[in-house]
Amino acid sequence: MDKKVLVYSTPTCPHCIRTKEFLKTNNIIFEDIDVSDNTEKGEEMVERSGQMGVPVIDIDGKLIIGFDQQAIKEALGIQ
Amino acid sequence: MIYDLIIIGAGPAGITASVYAARKRMNFLVISKDIGGQTAWSGDIENYTGYQFITGPDLTAKFQEHIKKYNVEVKEEEVLDLRSESKIIKIKTDKAIYESKTVIVASGKTSMELGVPGENEFKNKGLTYCATCDGPLFSGKKVAVIGGGNSGLDAAIQLMKIAEHIYLINITDELTGDPIMQQEVRNSDKVTILNKTQAVAVFGDKFVKGIEVETKGKSKSMLEVAGIFVEIGLVPNSGFAKELEKNEADEIKVNSFNETNIPGVFAAGDVTDVPEKQIVIAAGEGSKAALSAFKYLIHNRARLKE
Repeated sequence: MDKKVLVYSTPTCPHCIRTKEFLKTNNIIFEDIDVSDNTEKGEEMVERSGQMGVPVIDIDGKLIIGFDQQAIKEALGIQ
Repeated sequence: MIYDLIIIGAGPAGITASVYAARKRMNFLVISKDIGGQTAWSGDIENYTGYQFITGPDLTAKFQEHIKKYNVEVKEEEVLDLRSESKIIKIKTDKAIYESKTVIVASGKTSMELGVPGENEFKNKGLTYCATCDGPLFSGKKVAVIGGGNSGLDAAIQLMKIAEHIYLINITDELTGDPIMQQEVRNSDKVTILNKTQAVAVFGDKFVKGIEVETKGKSKSMLEVAGIFVEIGLVPNSGFAKELEKNEADEIKVNSFNETNIPGVFAAGDVTDVPEKQIVIAAGEGSKAALSAFKYLIHNRARLKE
């Protein structure tokens, strides 16, 4: 079954762009949450991840901080 | 396999070198942890020829498109060691060992850290080195930008649109960035410029709550801020190239042909001692280095074949 993937990001951050590109390349459907124009979601990200850096990737509730390709692959169960 | 050329780094220097290498049909490889280098982290760029205005991430996307056109192979690995062995150059990464006849080191620079108490503890907890990335999270908050050069001013200008107030902390007597950017910062009632001032310590609980600063000749004071943007300069990523001659700032010494002290090893862009670090300069240096490597291969064809 497909995993639910959220990406907390800002439009300009290079690692966010690369994260989203990586997901697209691997045909992963995800919801992009732009925390730059959504303060509430921004606070939610900070609260949940305990830090203020973007991107934060939520894969079925498991949080990955930053564009950690290996961790993302493992959480998604892809090669 | 022994490559003709390995390019280390994929910022403006490495990307331009790879475009030239591809057009010369060299058998080459790019090794880089990221694409765009510092360009990817830049805000607004208004001095790269052909673009009156482009953002760092957009220019990076253009770079990426450019190398995609030539099917350039990029290995996302970290280079740990580079050494020359008679006719070949060996590059060790965190994943493999590669061999090449020539190398272009275009590994650029990374942000310098403050080196004050609290810095490590509050990294990504209010303290960041990337205003472009994390700036939007500080909407309506008070922040401090450390550094009065171009990067510091760029960060302050980006934050003027987001933050409630910005303290610009500058260690020298006057701001040192481009006058046009200084003007923009001075004209904003959101920015307080503190010259002759340096950061002493970072404070907070779960997140940053404040920064202690010291102005020359005055006592220390505490600024209440939720965010701290460190923009105090850069250090060259030249540690892996132990055999290469460097200057006192650890920049790789090159001549006007981008040659280093080791035959077959060239260097380009911000990692070198080239005067002025600019995207357009790094790009130009990258093209020069690729052409030098190409000529080196032709001149040494017989010797390298043996």
